[in-house]
Amino acid sequence: MKIKILGSGCSKCKTLTENTQTALTHLGMVAEIIKVTDYAEIAAHGVMSTPALAIDDKVVSVGKVLLSSEIETLLQAR
Amino acid sequence: MAIFEWLNNQLLKMEWLSWLVRLLVEDVFGLSMQTAIGASVHFFIYDVIKIFILLAVLIFTVSWVQSYFPPERTRKILGGMQGFKANLTGALMGTITPFCSCSSIPLFIGFTSSGLPLGVTFSFLISSPLVDLASVILLASIFNWSIAIAYVLVGLVLAVIGGTIISKANMTRYVESFVLHSPVLDIPQAELSRKDRFDFATNQVADIFNRVWVYVLIGVGIGAAIHNWVPESWVSSMLGQDHWWSVLVATLIGVPMYADIFGTLPIAEALVGKGVGLGTALAFMMSVTALSLPSLIMLKKVVKAPLLLLFVGIVVCGIFIIGLLFNAFAYLFI
Repeated sequence: MKIKILGSGCSKCKTLTENTQTALTHLGMVAEIIKVTDYAEIAAHGVMSTPALAIDDKVVSVGKVLLSSEIETLLQAR
Repeated sequence: MAIFEWLNNQLLKMEWLSWLVRLLVEDVFGLSMQTAIGASVHFFIYDVIKIFILLAVLIFTVSWVQSYFPPERTRKILGGMQGFKANLTGALMGTITPFCSCSSIPLFIGFTSSGLPLGVTFSFLISSPLVDLASVILLASIFNWSIAIAYVLVGLVLAVIGGTIISKANMTRYVESFVLHSPVLDIPQAELSRKDRFDFATNQVADIFNRVWVYVLIGVGIGAAIHNWVPESWVSSMLGQDHWWSVLVATLIGVPMYADIFGTLPIAEALVGKGVGLGTALAFMMSVTALSLPSLIMLKKVVKAPLLLLFVGIVVCGIFIIGLLFNAFAYLFI
């Protein structure tokens, strides 16, 4: 599984990355976390507000720092 | 009216703060306000504190309003409109959306790929950094209300006219093709609770504060220096009211510079205090905030040279004309 964090490297993206890591650990899942910071590439995902989260190239959240519990729900739902 | 004036002087112009800082400078530092150094120290401390207070309050308020208009919603609203009304709404939406030109590229791509007319997107892009609620209140605080309102009006007019010209110029072929083919994402967004909005607004304040405090200190520092150390004759011979070219120089110098309105206002304030025309100072401020080298470099990734040049050309000409108008009618405002 690949998880992308889309955002230009702001503090919010860092928090989102940390929360994702926590969620993964909590669920006992392993995934590759990729940070996407290039604007063109962010936009190529159709994202206008950052930070955004994509699981296996499917964008699941935009413009919000998700809590680790919310990320867990998203991870389980897929 | 007396109550309104009192509120205006205390809350907006913060005369109480000026008085407190004066006590600090005179009684604690032992500097006379009549000396250049005393007056500079006063200008610096007073302006920095005032701008930081206004910045925190204003960004919080604007972000709260902004939380009702995420880009996805703005795009939906604009999508249903056409012509002048669309340009005007684009310009108006620009006043309540991001402060930072760095977020404008994803917005540009998101708007364009969903099929919004290019002109509407540009109306939005021009007004977004130039006019926002925070800058209006700051202008009212440092100058006065009629200047603040006139500034908003000319800013919106520039955004509408600029967008309309770009619509008419048939520029879509100068947009990089990957922009037009980017996917349009439409994921349902959860309704925000009051706590979500509060958190969003608080985060925005912290975020923007972190990003701009350096510029505010530099801006106020330059302002304090101009205010008390640079001779008036020198300033007015360079940027005096009578020369039309001083507006042009002020506009062009501002183009590549990157700062935002919070940092440039104190410089404009000090320049006007030295007898520089109001229009000249505002032109400088507008071109610093509307255009900058970093944002143009980013924009270059998504549009080709002819469109970029047209955009810069329109904004520069517009600001130049606005500067001339403000100089010509300055007697109405001061």
